[in-house]
Amino acid sequence: MATHLSYGRVNLNVLREAVRRELREFLDKCAGSKAIVWDEYLTGPFGLIAQYSLLKEHEVEKMFTLKGSRLPAADVKNIIFVVRPRLELMDIISENVLSEDRRGPARDFHILFVPRRSLLCEQRLKDLGVLGSFIHREEYSLDLIPFDGDLLSMESEGAFKECYLESDQTSLYHAAKGLMTLQALYGTIPQIFGKGECARQVANMMIRMKREFTGSQNSIFPVFDNLLLLDRNVDLLTPLATQLTYEGLIDEIYGIQNSYVKLPPEKFAPKKQGDGGKDLPTEAKKLQLNSAEELYAEIRDKNFNAVGSVLSKKAKVISAAFEERHNAKTVGEIKQFVSQLPHMQAARGSLANHTSIAELIKDVTTSEDFFDKLTVEQEFMSGIDTDKVNSYIEDCIAQKHPLIKVLRLVCLQSVCNSGLKQKVLDYYKREILQTYGYEHILTLHNLEKTGLLKPQTGGRNTYPTIRKTLRLWMDDVNEQNPMDISYVYSGYAPLSVRLAQLLSRPGWRSIEEVLRILPGPHFEERQPLPTGLQKKRQPGENRVTLIFFLGGVTFAEIAALRFLSQLEDGGTEYVIATTKLINGASWIESLMEKPF
Amino acid sequence: MNRTKGDEEEYWNSSKFKAFTFDDDDDELSQLKESKRAVNSLRDFVDDDDDDDLERVSWSGEPVGSISWSIKETASNSGSNHEREQLKNRNSFSSYAQLPKPASTYSLSSFFRGRTRPGSFQSLSDALSDTPAKSYAPELGRPKGEYRDYSNDWSPSDTVRRLRKGKVCSLERFRSLQDKLQLLEEAVSMHDGNVITAVLIFLKRTLSKEILFRELEVRQVALRHLIHFLKEIGDQKLLLDLFRFLDRTEELALTHYREHLNIQDPEKRKEFLKTCIGLPFSAEDSAHIQDHYTLLERQIIIEANDRHLESAGQTEIFRKHPRKASILNMPLVTTLFYSCFYHYTEAEGTFSSPVNLKKTFKIPDKQYVLTALAARAKLRAWHDVDALFTTKNWLGYTKKRAPIGFHRVVEILHKNSAPVQILQEYVNLVEDVDTKLNLATRFKCHDVVIDTCRDLKDRQQLLAYRSKVDKGSAEEEKIDAILNSSQIRWKN
Repeated sequence: MATHLSYGRVNLNVLREAVRRELREFLDKCAGSKAIVWDEYLTGPFGLIAQYSLLKEHEVEKMFTLKGSRLPAADVKNIIFVVRPRLELMDIISENVLSEDRRGPARDFHILFVPRRSLLCEQRLKDLGVLGSFIHREEYSLDLIPFDGDLLSMESEGAFKECYLESDQTSLYHAAKGLMTLQALYGTIPQIFGKGECARQVANMMIRMKREFTGSQNSIFPVFDNLLLLDRNVDLLTPLATQLTYEGLIDEIYGIQNSYVKLPPEKFAPKKQGDGGKDLPTEAKKLQLNSAEELYAEIRDKNFNAVGSVLSKKAKVISAAFEERHNAKTVGEIKQFVSQLPHMQAARGSLANHTSIAELIKDVTTSEDFFDKLTVEQEFMSGIDTDKVNSYIEDCIAQKHPLIKVLRLVCLQSVCNSGLKQKVLDYYKREILQTYGYEHILTLHNLEKTGLLKPQTGGRNTYPTIRKTLRLWMDDVNEQNPMDISYVYSGYAPLSVRLAQLLSRPGWRSIEEVLRILPGPHFEERQPLPTGLQKKRQPGENRVTLIFFLGGVTFAEIAALRFLSQLEDGGTEYVIATTKLINGASWIESLMEKPF
Repeated sequence: MNRTKGDEEEYWNSSKFKAFTFDDDDDELSQLKESKRAVNSLRDFVDDDDDDDLERVSWSGEPVGSISWSIKETASNSGSNHEREQLKNRNSFSSYAQLPKPASTYSLSSFFRGRTRPGSFQSLSDALSDTPAKSYAPELGRPKGEYRDYSNDWSPSDTVRRLRKGKVCSLERFRSLQDKLQLLEEAVSMHDGNVITAVLIFLKRTLSKEILFRELEVRQVALRHLIHFLKEIGDQKLLLDLFRFLDRTEELALTHYREHLNIQDPEKRKEFLKTCIGLPFSAEDSAHIQDHYTLLERQIIIEANDRHLESAGQTEIFRKHPRKASILNMPLVTTLFYSCFYHYTEAEGTFSSPVNLKKTFKIPDKQYVLTALAARAKLRAWHDVDALFTTKNWLGYTKKRAPIGFHRVVEILHKNSAPVQILQEYVNLVEDVDTKLNLATRFKCHDVVIDTCRDLKDRQQLLAYRSKVDKGSAEEEKIDAILNSSQIRWKN
């Protein structure tokens, strides 16, 4: 099935199979033919674990997206609503159910909450008078969804906001549950490290949950050697900077959703057709991006400046392979050539796609404005002129560049200066409110509450200390053949990944001072294993660390971790988990206030 | 570069906060464009993509049938399933375009209507125990036996554990304050937000506001859950009471202010904003809130007036440039642009005059000039543009001055396709020679390039430029004349 999930050090197909099994079991509970009504948001994540064929095998005959008023006609026995536990969705469901009731033959209604049942939602259904209509009301704990051989995400949009703005622990609870599921499948993780308030809480919840399950000893040989829990607010800086890896830039420019990206179709027009230009595709071109595609796996984590040369090398290899056909003389040789054709054609298609994408990205990265923006970002990150009003930001506001872009830069400046001088902050605020609307006062407050944008208090800028100690800014960066993780931002080494790197070698004791400056406690916990399960590591065998980003992770950080995994003498391989895959724009947007 | 811009804009357009730019054709007054964009994005959202499956085949080699695709597939109730199966397996770009769209019979509006304001919550235990709807509010006088069915004598910790597992469980038997608080503490120690919220709903219903607030004040985790929950269900009133009780004045003010986002009617919104003035915001914010109110008040007057003028059809500017959208609820700078566009010459006394706006809202010079320039250039009112930068000193000499820098002036003029003579004049005013040369070359102000090269005595650059101008043109002649001049001492 999803073979790319089993490429890594930890076979994540096991997890995928487990969640698929759970889904089948639920479907079989509702005997007879079924229609599923989907919460639109869930179709993306579900697509990563199950295809329609699986549902069809279990008598799912129709599928609809959840919309108001009446359900479309469907001649089925069961109607299953698969939804997130959100109040507004309950209202739609009840509308569906009530109009169905009036329509004739009785159906069996069921509701499957993802990832958890909610008493609040059930209360709402009750208030709307439909709770009794549901035969099965269950939860489907799809906490961690496997995205790739080394990547898991909860795809919980609001997690950062909930954790750091509302201080609501619900998504932390889900994270802990997800980690318990992982441990049930991959064995108890003997060591837990963490940094940050939320990390501390998740560790507490895990320990507590483990105590409650004492009844059954986990007898699985542990796959993970340790777990590192990291709060996003320990490193607010990294997501604000523009990612410069191939995958990171695709995400920055086009947005990757559930491993799919939508691209402008012009560059992907089929070339074969004779009547060129007649029917150019107008719909966005949608591509799946994961390591199942050989070429993508090779280039996704490279700095964008190193992608071109790989693509041209590949082009030569593929042309050469196609040329081989002239050398095939004997029947055997021809047969062998033909047998390789499908693979070669796939490779050619893949190359064509990525060449087109790279062209699209290059158009952006070579633009003057991109260059100017990057220059400002790099100045901030290397500590230049962070304490006064920046003229590029001023210009962006004057020219009404998108508000998110402006906020991202202002926040970056604030974080790189441990807060802005009151005068500077007030100036930016006024400009933003006058240009984009006073109502954004609410958004600015949210940013302030999460620490992204704040006045400097105490008068001391601690960022230079952090930068120097953790070597966050590297002047000599090699984008083609990197020696250090700083290549992912062409100079800036992501703080979060630096922390992981230093933890594995030489250990956090070397950076106590910086850890004290960064918010939240740092800690270490051990989960004792029965002697039979204790690992004796072979010499030269790498440790496996599960690193969990609470509040989101960017593709550039993932790239940096993969770089560390691949280092010959690195000693540690990483599997990455997060509440949500984010970039600076989607992150800031999640903190913006919108009408109810 | 141009296409890059397009791309980036397209990217950012996905944010509804993108403001329009001064220069493109659908500009400031484009609420229409906004809404069109919104409609388009709705369509996106509802129609989804029929092409999901395609790429799945092409790259992963897996069988098709992604979930979102299949939704369409099964929803479009046609019999030719087999045919489509073939189509999707064919894996070509042209095939997906032919896939039938699902026949959607739902109205968009109903989908996006959002949730209604919740009424007060009934007993939660009813929901949980699945018994016929009946309210079992605790009454001390009742015989104990009546409750027996609902309470199997679970301890608080058992109850919480059962709730966590989604089991039926009544909370009604916890009647003393102490029991209730113990229940809450158990829930909090489990960290399960779902259960904490369930207990909070129960407490909210069975405790007086004062006691609830008082007890939560010393239980911060539960307090934060309650605040989040109240926001979620939109119980604005209780939320405000809570902030008042906790003396969290700024949050109180912001929460109250936030409410205006939900008020569509401009008059009502204005009245509401009025109630926000004087709330305990920080000093900075207070001024902004006051401005927000004043601005909307102003916009309502301008809007009424201009709509009238426009429909009367007597005013030239509205006839020539019909308004594309209402000015209501637009940001300050947009309003200034509007007023520079339609009301430029008005005396300071009117509400809609740019000068009045500038004074009322203390708009900085730079911002003002930038906006006025964009508006007047758009109207191709070059005379106004000229006036904007002309200052007279006390001797009566005129001098050109731009607080935003002339390079910026040139860019804006160019975006509004100003004629070369006009551009040239401002390019010449750019102080930095390199910038000047650069701009002149980009915008084909030949004279400026030629003269600058001459002044720099840069023969090589002039020679290079000669190849860029048209053969036999006046420019070429001019260059040749200079190149042949013996007066100039070339530096190269």
